[in-house]
Amino acid sequence: MGVWKFVGRRILLGLVTLWVVSVVVFAATQLLPSDPARAILGRDATEASIKALQEKLGLDRPPVEQYTSWLAGLLTGDPGESFNARVPIGEYIGDRVYNSMFLLVLASVFSIPLSLIIGAYTARKRDRAFDNITSNIMLALASLPEFVVGLFLVLLFATRYWKILPAVTAIGAGGPWEHLDQMILPTATLVLGAVPYIARTARASIIEVNESDYVEMARLKGAPEKTVLWRHAVPNALGPVFQVIALNIAYFAGGVIVVEFLFNYPGIGGALAASVRVRDTPVIQFLAMVLAGVYVLTNMLADLATVFVTPRLRTRLK
Amino acid sequence: MSRVVSIQGLRIEVAGRDVDIVDEINLEISAGEILGLVGESGSGKTTVGLSLLGHARRGVKLALGEVRINETNMLTLPERDLREARGKMVSYVPQDPSVALNPALRIGKQIIEVLEFHDFGGSSAARQARVREVMEEVRLPSTREFLRRYPHQLSGGQQQRVGLAMAFANRPAVIVLDEPTTGLDVSTQAHVLATIRRLASEHGVAALYVTHDLAVVANLAHRIAVMYAGRVVEEGPTAEVFANPAHPYTRYLMAAAPDMTGDHQMVGLGGRAPAPGRRPIGCFFAERCELASDICRESFPKPVSVGVGRVARCVTPMAIPDRTRAVPVAASSKPRESDTVLRLQGVVVSYTGKQVVHDIEFGLQPGECLALVGESGSGKTTLSRSIGGLHHEWTGVMTLDGQSLSRSSRDRTMKQRLAIQYVFQNPYGSLNPRRTVGASIARPLMIAGADEKTADLKVGEMLEKVSLTADYAARYPDQLSGGERQRAAIARGLAASPRVLICDEVTSALDVLVQAAIVELLAELRGDLGLAMLFVTHNLPLVRSIADRVAVMAEGRIEELGTATEVIETPKQEYTRRLLSDTPQIGRSTA
Amino acid sequence: MTIGQVVPAAPSIVKAAWRMWRTRIGALIVLVLVAFALFGRFLAPFGENESLGLPNKANIEGSWLGTGKLGYDVWTRFLYGGRPILVQAVLSTVLALSLGTLVGLVAAYNRRRLDDFLMRAMDVILALPQIILVLVVIAMFGAKAWLVVLAVGLSTVPRIARVVRGAAVAVVERDFVASAEALGESRPRILVSEILPNVIAPLLVEANLRLTYAVGIIGGIGFLGFTSDPGAANWGLMINEHRGVLAAEQPWGTMLPVTAIALLTIATGLIADGVSRAAAGIDRGTAQA
Repeated sequence: MGVWKFVGRRILLGLVTLWVVSVVVFAATQLLPSDPARAILGRDATEASIKALQEKLGLDRPPVEQYTSWLAGLLTGDPGESFNARVPIGEYIGDRVYNSMFLLVLASVFSIPLSLIIGAYTARKRDRAFDNITSNIMLALASLPEFVVGLFLVLLFATRYWKILPAVTAIGAGGPWEHLDQMILPTATLVLGAVPYIARTARASIIEVNESDYVEMARLKGAPEKTVLWRHAVPNALGPVFQVIALNIAYFAGGVIVVEFLFNYPGIGGALAASVRVRDTPVIQFLAMVLAGVYVLTNMLADLATVFVTPRLRTRLK
Repeated sequence: MSRVVSIQGLRIEVAGRDVDIVDEINLEISAGEILGLVGESGSGKTTVGLSLLGHARRGVKLALGEVRINETNMLTLPERDLREARGKMVSYVPQDPSVALNPALRIGKQIIEVLEFHDFGGSSAARQARVREVMEEVRLPSTREFLRRYPHQLSGGQQQRVGLAMAFANRPAVIVLDEPTTGLDVSTQAHVLATIRRLASEHGVAALYVTHDLAVVANLAHRIAVMYAGRVVEEGPTAEVFANPAHPYTRYLMAAAPDMTGDHQMVGLGGRAPAPGRRPIGCFFAERCELASDICRESFPKPVSVGVGRVARCVTPMAIPDRTRAVPVAASSKPRESDTVLRLQGVVVSYTGKQVVHDIEFGLQPGECLALVGESGSGKTTLSRSIGGLHHEWTGVMTLDGQSLSRSSRDRTMKQRLAIQYVFQNPYGSLNPRRTVGASIARPLMIAGADEKTADLKVGEMLEKVSLTADYAARYPDQLSGGERQRAAIARGLAASPRVLICDEVTSALDVLVQAAIVELLAELRGDLGLAMLFVTHNLPLVRSIADRVAVMAEGRIEELGTATEVIETPKQEYTRRLLSDTPQIGRSTA
Repeated sequence: MTIGQVVPAAPSIVKAAWRMWRTRIGALIVLVLVAFALFGRFLAPFGENESLGLPNKANIEGSWLGTGKLGYDVWTRFLYGGRPILVQAVLSTVLALSLGTLVGLVAAYNRRRLDDFLMRAMDVILALPQIILVLVVIAMFGAKAWLVVLAVGLSTVPRIARVVRGAAVAVVERDFVASAEALGESRPRILVSEILPNVIAPLLVEANLRLTYAVGIIGGIGFLGFTSDPGAANWGLMINEHRGVLAAEQPWGTMLPVTAIALLTIATGLIADGVSRAAAGIDRGTAQA
């Protein structure tokens, strides 16, 4: 069936993209720098330690071999060892991956329904007071970098003026579940970054659909408003909305770095920032691939969802 | 016959402003009667049609008057009752079903839901039976497979029939049809019109048929009302109005209508209808009317009776403007075989590997106009684009003045490129919006190597030739109307003194009067400049006014080739005969 | 569709955008902040690295807002700290614009294979969130200014290319392009004089947006602590350095630069919004503030 062939092709494309990304990441971190070992250890390193590191990293081996062994390790669940911590990456990062995913999921769970409601409401009350005020606020939120939003939240809720929420997280053992109050600000920061985009796209999509000829036609047939909304409008408004939701989850993949740093949240974002500082190459490579993987996966899902929701595209595949 | 629809003193305004879109509209329709509402774009006819459903589009307000259907005033109906009336007492057939049908919903569902909204028959079984019934009435398959299709899986004609099915399903008392045959093939149009005629008479429906096409309504409507700039200027029984129009505007419309018989040359009219907010005190048509006098400009003429059941808003009804007097088309002569300017031999055109045009052969003489007529898909545009060097996938021999033409315009010599010029259909897309009209017209000249001064002079000359003034050169396309843009595009085509001008459906996107003016212009230019012209169109009656010879194309082949008189009056091929009989004409009824 | 009506003259987008209050306010704020960032240093009461005494004390003799980290005058550091961010953001956006527009136009006009190839290449760059790409580069090669500009610029290229291509594809289909081809105009000429002028509208909007994000990313990098010269003032860096003492007596170390960055990004966002509304208004034949 044409549909499955399309799905297969799309998945293949995603995998190929990820593969190319892995090559680029690996090249940038291990092959391009003229002397990675020296770069990692710094100027003051002794020759002996540099030599030892080179051996450890396998830098004397041919590039292709270095790459394939790294890739193989990645795929079999053995991404290597962190330099800094001198422990296998799995041990070092494992918890953090879980923490970040938790934060991501929490942010998505709140931002998506909130955006859709705001988008739908402003579409209905178009050009009136609520719409105008909201769209200006959204504009401001969309422009602000995440760390600025986070800082303002901290200023507002966590300093002497109004000390309700913790300014930094101190989660440690027990995981984020146990410290939900500490999750509020980081989640809110991410949510405030995503909502403007999703809401704006939802609004535009709903307005476009609302003014379409087929919605007019439904009304002229005497359809009750609820039917007009759910049977005629919503199914056609979904396409762009899926795309933008995927885009935002992907944006979270990047935004999470600064937010985790700001709130000292023990996630992979914070780990990435730290590992960049000390040039902990294996960790950098691994995390870059994880985040890229999230990005590619969500984009792929969005593409597939759009096709399934649009009969015109679906039947073309048959 | 009982009066089903009664519109009294209807005024529709721009929302929020005291500016009228239409005003003083009084119309009546009886059961079983079809009233044709005729007007050009911007006349407000669609807005009047929608008011019958108590509906106004965004930015439009139904301000004053009454719109009664069987004594119910649609304008004052509360929301719930309005919803009940729509689709049941009065239905709407949309102009463009490709966008009026929900792309995400199967057509069976879209038809049955109008029955569900009004609880037709009281049971699901009754509704399904009715769906099958109405599908048969519009001559569409009622199989489960067909009903499960999505709109994009249907042809244009089928989509339009679905629109009809939805409208007739609940057996409404009134139906509003909004130009439902726009964009359809002539033969499909003929079928759809026949269906409408049959259903309307069978069900005794009162129908309002909104259109800009006089010919279509001539054979369908019992009575017609002509609208201009938001007012009804004439009303009466169809046959009488066409035989002897009372309002000058109606006469101009008829003079501009393509006439297959050749009894009258198409005549156009310059200027344009005043937009809402820019309408003068007196008669809106006075600024363009040959017969206008001071009395006309004082106040808008009141409706006067000009016959039984006939009304017109003119101070000199029945008077005939000179330009509308019928001038027969000059007889077309057979060309001399000797000095051909363009010759095609064994030309085969493909589109992404598939052959779409087969074995074309003809010659074009200098000063001759050859019309390429065909429905969509006949290959006429693909062929003409190949001649113009815009489409590269073809084989065969094409020569210009004896020298062979390369496939792509880039491979042709400069002389050849300038010798064949192309004018496109869509006036909105053929001029670069970021360039002044003058710069666009000058482009071919600059390429030919002219210096700026010479080019400027030539541009002014060209503008005058197409009846625009030289100051148009500094304007941008957005500042021009559709007709003016098309003239500018023609000016650009003529700038480099071409040997052949290819006109590709250049009038299809224009209003009736403007269209006729462009055809007039082209005919004049051909005479003046001795230009050879290839005129591509789907509108067969049109070619009588401009073409010497006609080539009828179907499925990539030339079915028939002869002089215009021959092909139209004594067609040899079955295809041509069918095409002719399917084409609606004023004064001739199609079966 | 029948056309008989006149469409009123369309003013150029810049003029239409300028008429809206939001564009003007945005432009004003940007101007003020740019002035601060570029020329503020000439008005600084103290030297960039001049220590006035104890760090993080708000009340110090002769200093407006007190001292920050290492005893530097907070106000002075603020006046110096905008330039690196602004210059890098503008340069990277200009780089991305030039390359991105070229790629987008070429892909749209050439279609099929070249288009496929270019867009797939763009997809690969897009697969990595921008900040990660920049961090990876910084990790291996250090946070040199030109490197940051290159990294941010090149990672923005595909985003601009996508937008340009999307707009250009619609233009390529139109008849006036075919008309130019029929006249035998060269492909580069058609790209520049027929297609490019007609995609300026979305391009302007996207350019403004990208500038906004560039400021955000580059500020963010500084915030994370990565700068080419740790001694030099940098708004992002300042924000992070003085975070800990936010609740203590020296709020200005963080407040000033954070507000500056906030205002700058909102202002560029306002301009982008104004241009976008102007373009949409022109398409529809009406323009609303």
